[in-house]
Amino acid sequence: MSKNGRINRRDFLRIGTFASGGLLVAFSLPDKVTPAQPKPSREAALNAFLKIGTDNSIHIILSKVEMGQGIWTTLPMLIAEELDCDWSRIKVEQSPPGKASDFLENPVYKSTGGSETTIQEFDRYRMAGATARTMLVTAAAKRLGVQPQDCRTENSYVIAGDKRISYGEVATEAAKLPVPNVTLREPKDWKYIGKSQKRLDTPEKINGKATYGLDIHFPGLLTAVVAHPPVFYATVKTVDATQTKAINGVRDVVRIPTGVAVLADNFWTAKQGRDALQIEWNPGKNADLDSQALTDSYRKIAKTDGLTIRKKGDVTAALTKAERTLDADYSFPYLAHAPMEPLNCTVNIGTDSCEVWTGTQSPLLHQAEVARFLGLKPEQVKFYTPYLGGSFGRRGSFSSDWVMEAVHIAKTSGKAIKLVWTREDDIKGGYYRPVYVHNVRIAIGTNGFPTAWQHRIVGQSLFTNTPLADMIVHNGIDYSSVTTGAPYSNSVPDHSFELHTTTVNVPVLPWRSVGSTHSAFVIETLIDELAFLAKIDPVAYRRAFFINHPRHLAALNLAAEKSDWTNPLPKGQFRGIAVCEAMGSYVAQVVELSIDKQTIRVHRVVCAIDCGLAVNPDGVRAQMESSIVFGLTAALHGEITLKNGQVQQSNFHDYPMLRMTDTPVIDVHIVPSTAKMGGAGEPGVAPIAPALANALFAATGIRFRQLPIKLEELNKA
Amino acid sequence: MPLFHLSINGKKYTVNADAQMPLLWVIRELVGLTGTKYGCGIAQCGACTVHLKGPPIRSCSFPVSAVSNQPITTIEGISKDNSHPVQKAWIAEQVPQCGYCQSGQIMSAVALLRDNPHPTDDDIDAAMQGNICRCGTYPRIRKAIKTAAGTLPKTNGQ
Repeated sequence: MSKNGRINRRDFLRIGTFASGGLLVAFSLPDKVTPAQPKPSREAALNAFLKIGTDNSIHIILSKVEMGQGIWTTLPMLIAEELDCDWSRIKVEQSPPGKASDFLENPVYKSTGGSETTIQEFDRYRMAGATARTMLVTAAAKRLGVQPQDCRTENSYVIAGDKRISYGEVATEAAKLPVPNVTLREPKDWKYIGKSQKRLDTPEKINGKATYGLDIHFPGLLTAVVAHPPVFYATVKTVDATQTKAINGVRDVVRIPTGVAVLADNFWTAKQGRDALQIEWNPGKNADLDSQALTDSYRKIAKTDGLTIRKKGDVTAALTKAERTLDADYSFPYLAHAPMEPLNCTVNIGTDSCEVWTGTQSPLLHQAEVARFLGLKPEQVKFYTPYLGGSFGRRGSFSSDWVMEAVHIAKTSGKAIKLVWTREDDIKGGYYRPVYVHNVRIAIGTNGFPTAWQHRIVGQSLFTNTPLADMIVHNGIDYSSVTTGAPYSNSVPDHSFELHTTTVNVPVLPWRSVGSTHSAFVIETLIDELAFLAKIDPVAYRRAFFINHPRHLAALNLAAEKSDWTNPLPKGQFRGIAVCEAMGSYVAQVVELSIDKQTIRVHRVVCAIDCGLAVNPDGVRAQMESSIVFGLTAALHGEITLKNGQVQQSNFHDYPMLRMTDTPVIDVHIVPSTAKMGGAGEPGVAPIAPALANALFAATGIRFRQLPIKLEELNKA
Repeated sequence: MPLFHLSINGKKYTVNADAQMPLLWVIRELVGLTGTKYGCGIAQCGACTVHLKGPPIRSCSFPVSAVSNQPITTIEGISKDNSHPVQKAWIAEQVPQCGYCQSGQIMSAVALLRDNPHPTDDDIDAAMQGNICRCGTYPRIRKAIKTAAGTLPKTNGQ
């Protein structure tokens, strides 16, 4: 692909007709590589399709999955921008994965995550639309006996003077034409991009028709519920299934590597059967795991030198001779993702084939794993991805954990099964955001700004030993674990950021906004603290660092302006601000709160985001609202603890979520920006917890250095 | 196992089920209406909300034996064509994201507005407090309820 937006023929792998006629445009990976993404070694296999049916239907097939983030609408907008099609005739379908070798060559493009979908697909989907349009015009011009340049397109019609012909009528002919080079439209001509569009998936999500993994059913399908070990990686010593097998409707009980599965005619019976199992476990070496002891041990490690992430000058010397220092420890708990749809997976193993249905961020990865395990070719594993009932990282499992559990059950029992995790299985099941501890020592100069900053982070690695390790883990440092607060640290003469990677037998996964969930909290609360100590307004203090960081500055200024930062709030209300970059977007948030009888009441959050071009502005706003609620939930409530190796929480009563009453008014503002496009799904999570903590400091004078916020700490003051 | 006679969305069903089987699983797996969702199984999240003789109940914690012959309405019975004022408001305010909890949210909102056509913010809080949305669509749900307020046709509570 060239810089001016023209597309070369080699960018396309295939254009053809379907058996039923019509035009099919399949397009390959772009030739661009950004940091933290793999270099495409060559053009990879088919990734997404646009199909135009002879009946004028427009089928847009997505390579990425819909888990709430809105790509079901954003990606079609990109095609529609160039295609001039009838928006109301668009049907969206999920792409099946291609060959598993594609994943090994180019895994990022086959998973959905990192808030990267729109960024990755922005050119590719528009080109698919533009190429199809050009071919349709060429075919139509020939049919109408006019020149292509005399034609225009509108609403799925090619029009020349008073003659018009529908896309469907010429789709089959168009598909036989050579692939043209095309030029993409200029932003000034955009009709869809940058203008809020209503989501295409809303109609079926308000009447029960949307199909999630849990809704898959076919005759003969049994439901499987698994007795998982009470301690991670514990194994079954003995199992007595007598009572289980006596239950009417229980069809089988099978041992699998992750526990004991009960297969029954329906979920309720399978769960009754699971609960009736008498199992003795070999607890193994994780029976003494204790999250409090783990955190305490991390605090000790955090006082020692770690692997250098980045450094400048001599921070030790600078701290030694400093007259004024700030020393702070922070800790963060394990967090469950808790998507509303509990994990599930349907598997039907046939002769030389296997069908799998599950909502996942990484179908291609699972397909390869299932094929390897069953001794099949990847293409013999048919993988279907229905809607995901939320994910937040949990359905991005690198180990294919729940999928392989389902495959083990199906293979061992010889039956078609739908594995269903209960909510308790989900909350207790691991794959958490890891526990992290930070220790930071700062030397403060006479002007109130930091002159030295030593920052040590302790925690488990998310990506070591995963298919993405080569991209993210370098010299023992998992770069997803850390963000170094570049606008601040760059200006500190002596600084050192260090990482200690621990090994703990608690499975972990990225959790919405990943490293920012803890790093941004530490940095943004410390900056607030430094501003306070310097007696400088926290907005003004930050601006001093942002002279060469215009996007941080723009987000900060917009949030300050829209929250009327310079004017006081009503008596009893307090506010705090935080700003950070995550997934290429820059987000600032102001929290307004009051404290009433030991209860934190967040009244309003003002949010400003610079994500570059906002393709679907209302979608960006929705993701900011979502991220703020998600981040507040974690900051106020989120905590998974382990005692004697056992997870102490089990369901929403003890792993609570923000509810309607607790949700503040949220005002989202988008910075008008033509800067490089950033993500939208995750970045809004990062600033909310530090903005909250900074507002709490304003209200109480207490610096909260642990999440979740413990109100008991108010009493200690 | 005993037989139970159910009336769901105005249609009669006879199911053979364990008396303790929660209505949720009867609706989803024995009747085959999958719009009603499983989220927690302990009446904490509201994804399973249906109407029983009018008021909303958490069907995951309601044994089938307790509902025989009483009219039940599920999300599928709200309208045939997304024409219910609450559904229209959900589109107007662009509420759903992942969408999984929305059947329950809509069932709670419909029940609220039927009893209280002009709810205050506190009324909305109280009525919607039992429904968790992990995607955090609460601000839009609140707006949509206000959009729909006053537009519901009067009914006799069914």
